[in-house]
Amino acid sequence: MSSTTEREKQAPRPVRRPGDRIFEGLSTSAGILILLTLLGVAIFLTLEGLPGITASPDDLGGKTGGKNFFAYVWPLVFGTVWAAVIALLIAVPVAIGVALYISHYAPRRLSSTLGYVIDLLAAVPSVVYGLWGLLFLSRELAPFYQWLADHLGFIPFFAGNPSGGVSANSILTASLVLAVMVLPIITAICREIFLQTPRLHEEAALALGATRWEMVRLSVFPYARSGIVSASMLGLGRALGETMAVAMVLSASGVVTFNLIGSTNPSTIAANIALQFPEAFGTFTNVLIATGLVLFVITFAANFVARAIVERRKDFSGAN
Amino acid sequence: MAKSIDVSDLNIYYGDFLAVEGVNITIPAKSVTAFIGPSGCGKSTFLRSLNRMHEVIKGAHVDGKVLVDGTDLYAADMDPVNVRRLIGMVFQRPNPFPTMSIYDNVLAGQKLNSKKMKKSEADDTVERALRQAGLWAEVKDRLNRPGSGLSGGQQQRLCIARAVAVQPEILLMDEPCSALDPISTSVIEDLIHELKTEYTIVIVTHNMQQAARVSDDTAFFNLAGVGQPGKLVESGRTEKIFSNPDNPATEAYIQGRFG
Repeated sequence: MSSTTEREKQAPRPVRRPGDRIFEGLSTSAGILILLTLLGVAIFLTLEGLPGITASPDDLGGKTGGKNFFAYVWPLVFGTVWAAVIALLIAVPVAIGVALYISHYAPRRLSSTLGYVIDLLAAVPSVVYGLWGLLFLSRELAPFYQWLADHLGFIPFFAGNPSGGVSANSILTASLVLAVMVLPIITAICREIFLQTPRLHEEAALALGATRWEMVRLSVFPYARSGIVSASMLGLGRALGETMAVAMVLSASGVVTFNLIGSTNPSTIAANIALQFPEAFGTFTNVLIATGLVLFVITFAANFVARAIVERRKDFSGAN
Repeated sequence: MAKSIDVSDLNIYYGDFLAVEGVNITIPAKSVTAFIGPSGCGKSTFLRSLNRMHEVIKGAHVDGKVLVDGTDLYAADMDPVNVRRLIGMVFQRPNPFPTMSIYDNVLAGQKLNSKKMKKSEADDTVERALRQAGLWAEVKDRLNRPGSGLSGGQQQRLCIARAVAVQPEILLMDEPCSALDPISTSVIEDLIHELKTEYTIVIVTHNMQQAARVSDDTAFFNLAGVGQPGKLVESGRTEKIFSNPDNPATEAYIQGRFG
């Protein structure tokens, strides 16, 4: 016992070179800075939001329609998650397909051009997507929505308006615009991960007599699974928080409905803040900030769920 | 089940580059044939051309014929996917599918052949293949654990099990022991001896003692010069190649005088 402590005392301190120290300092402070920023945002949202959460409906001057905070925020939470989930359901399969085409199917020259074009999509400002959704997409989609309501109206999703009409400025249009907006980031990440699939694993599948698609299923997808989840979560984060495009496209009325193509739609938290904030004063401002806190929590929860999904299959991830 | 391979006047190209030139060789059934030669002499390329695996590199193509019991692997109506289902392959570095369990790894080829199997049948196949690969005793209690959790030598035997599970006619091995320690290597060499009673085995190796230990026939490949295509210099019974080769280059290589 005593000999080990003596040996520990004698053990030379590891040599620390200046370069190591500087970079360790830089990267540590970068990490701490991120945490501090996040903490700052959380503190701000909590402090400013609390009065809004506890306010009685009468103090809000009818801005919330006589509802307390939780009754007010619930349709917004629903709308936010609903629009983002539909956007992801549309975007993820397309993104995986595009990424796979670029990484494994397209001729080299085409694949680099295509990758470049997809990256460009990410650079388009969201207000432009909003304009496009409002002035072009919704108009083009109206006949298709009518067709959905006529033929698939028995499914609650496609019920349309009680009067029989449909609205092109519905949550489905907003989700489609969101899907286009999150597509580039999901595609870009998936593409990078697909390209990193070890050649050894691909050859293992091919040598067993796998066709190209079977090879993708046997070696590329399993290898990329956690990356696909991460990419989707980044996309989900963007879809949850996207403000301008939704605010412009969606005609919202604070209801909770699964109807995708009706004229009464739930709004989203971010779009609601953008639309209400210019005219907000007093405690209602706190209410809006509190809805921001709720969005913050939702985004956090989504990320935790994603981590959990990735973690659960860790043994089989190929990282060991 | 095991079949012989007849190769005549085979040239292998990567795009315009001629990698291997004019190979003529007969590989007998139910025996082990070793390919030896210096690095870059085209022996791996040639091995891969035997199950059309070299075609995964864009622009790779061949002239000449590879006949497996009279069937031309490069006939116009021959699908490389079917070729690879008949001719299994084991690679230099063990490559079990990391996301699959040991059990699923062994059955991976079977599933591709889209045979619907009963559970009992599948269990039998897994046990048979793992026994053939000499791995059954070590893994039978953890078939549902990931294959990547095994040691390197075990992983390589798992890959052999995966290859033999589909009962191929020929088994190609591309330096299967080069990433393994001597004990795992010797286990695999013993395994090769057992497997040749059922399969035609072709093995590429850099280890001359290994070639001498495991093979019945040996083929020596060499480069004619820098930038020149690789060539088959000489092939024949292993005893003869190692004791009394016809070509002085073969003798020089085997005695370690170059390469």
